[in-house]
Amino acid sequence: MSEEVLKVQGLQKSFGGLRAIDSLDFMVAEQQIKSIIGPNGAGKTTLFNLITGILPPTAGTFEFKGRPLRGMKAHEIARLGISRTFQNLELFANMTALENVMVGRHVRTLAGIFKAGLRLPGMRREEREIREKAMEELRFLGLENKALMNATSLPLGEQKLLEIARALATQPKLLLLDEPAAGLNMREAEKLAETIIKIRQREITVMLVEHDMSLVMDISDEVLVLNYGKKIAEGPPGDIQRNRQVIAAYLGEEADA
Amino acid sequence: MKRDDLYTILCILITVGLFPWLAGGNQYFISLLIFMGINGIIVMGLGMLMGYAGQISLGHAAFFGIGAYSSGILTAKYAFHPFPAFFIGVLLSAIIAFLVGKPTLRLKGHYMAVATLGFGEILFIVFNELSPLTGGPSGLSGIPSLTFLGHPIEGAIYLYLVWGFLLLLLLFSLNVINSRVGRALRAIHGSELAANAMGVDASRYKLQVFILSAMYASMAGSLYAHFVTFISPSSFSFMFSILLLMMVVVGGAETIWGSLLGAMLLTLLPEYLRGLEDFEVLAYGAILMVVLLFMPQGILEGVRKLFFRKIKVGGL
Repeated sequence: MSEEVLKVQGLQKSFGGLRAIDSLDFMVAEQQIKSIIGPNGAGKTTLFNLITGILPPTAGTFEFKGRPLRGMKAHEIARLGISRTFQNLELFANMTALENVMVGRHVRTLAGIFKAGLRLPGMRREEREIREKAMEELRFLGLENKALMNATSLPLGEQKLLEIARALATQPKLLLLDEPAAGLNMREAEKLAETIIKIRQREITVMLVEHDMSLVMDISDEVLVLNYGKKIAEGPPGDIQRNRQVIAAYLGEEADA
Repeated sequence: MKRDDLYTILCILITVGLFPWLAGGNQYFISLLIFMGINGIIVMGLGMLMGYAGQISLGHAAFFGIGAYSSGILTAKYAFHPFPAFFIGVLLSAIIAFLVGKPTLRLKGHYMAVATLGFGEILFIVFNELSPLTGGPSGLSGIPSLTFLGHPIEGAIYLYLVWGFLLLLLLFSLNVINSRVGRALRAIHGSELAANAMGVDASRYKLQVFILSAMYASMAGSLYAHFVTFISPSSFSFMFSILLLMMVVVGGAETIWGSLLGAMLLTLLPEYLRGLEDFEVLAYGAILMVVLLFMPQGILEGVRKLFFRKIKVGGL
């Protein structure tokens, strides 16, 4: 059961003199929901950018299912099965919701520029399949009625879900969600929690960066706490909530949790 | 294909098909439409590069020149059949586009514009200085007209040839745009970061479109050479690259139709401004400024907004 999907060892990232990630080791087990929490500037988003190949690490290794990721480009990592959403939405503004999700199918399809230009039969079949799979993901997130709307004309909550749909369309084995609940109201956040659990049921491992603590504590199997790029605690939510160091990092020394 | 695209293509077919009769066989009007078609072919590729891949090329006149000189030199000096000469030009353009694009497209920002600007200037010098082959500044003459089974292809038939080419390439382009590749390109334009994270190899697609656009320009160059039968470097200068860029921007880079419209209008415009003599350039500049001030997305989008105000549908 608990085979590791992601293994991070001695990871380091410096921006000039600032160590955004400092000798970090951790692993994520298969079909876990693992949350990364920590105060602002703790290095959570940097960690996601490193895993997905958007930033190169200064030192250290990652392994995805036993395969080293270092030196791979972002699109190659996506092909291996790691997908993500963005904290500051990165939807394709010039496209409809459906088209956004269809781009997610890109890594699982093949037609090149000439095959597409000549509209060969194989390409048409593939195109139909892309559309169907993309609609499935929209349905999974309850956005099927918004398919033809411009992506950025949707309300914020739905844009966040759309990013998840797009990421799911790549058929990831590991999904990184960067603050999916930020800006959502209570009801939307609850629905998001259900959605994340449903995603796990699809045999997808989830890593979650989130500030909404009730969401994190409700659904996580394990929580990793970062502060100034260093791991200060790791374990099941219950332990983390009682951890003195964590409480100190979040609330200051005097706090009485 | 989308229904609107199909209707527009039908309209073009009918208009161009009947044009020789509408123009009463007037050779001037026919050749004007031929030039529109030639420019249209280049601009379609350039429009895909700018509007979809988000890259600017300031050197497409050079690819146009490579096509024209390949066809011209091989047929006039080495007695090649126009057909293989045409393909050699296209292949040569593709290879050169690969060599120019490969290093520059890996960089972010407008390196492509700078690199293609330099490339265009280099080729312009080559066309001028390689006089044993190109005839230098005084040009290359004696390029044979095309023939089909002994009959010369000229006038209305040449019009059909050019526009037939244009329509085939248009179909190809529309297919690419409405495909996985087209979506990938628009995604790159929308957010390169997210496109990469979704597995789109952005630099590879940009390179492919750049090569494709260079091939279009080369084809147009070959068609041009066989039509005018005399070419000189001044037709492939930096100013022509700028004019091509303007066609795309004025018509509207967001769609292929916009770019095509731009090619039509800016091929026609100088003909009407000729009466102004020395003030032609001024009028030209003024018209362009007005268009870009009031229709920043190009004339096509501007006119569309004027006539069919988009109704925003909420909820559904």
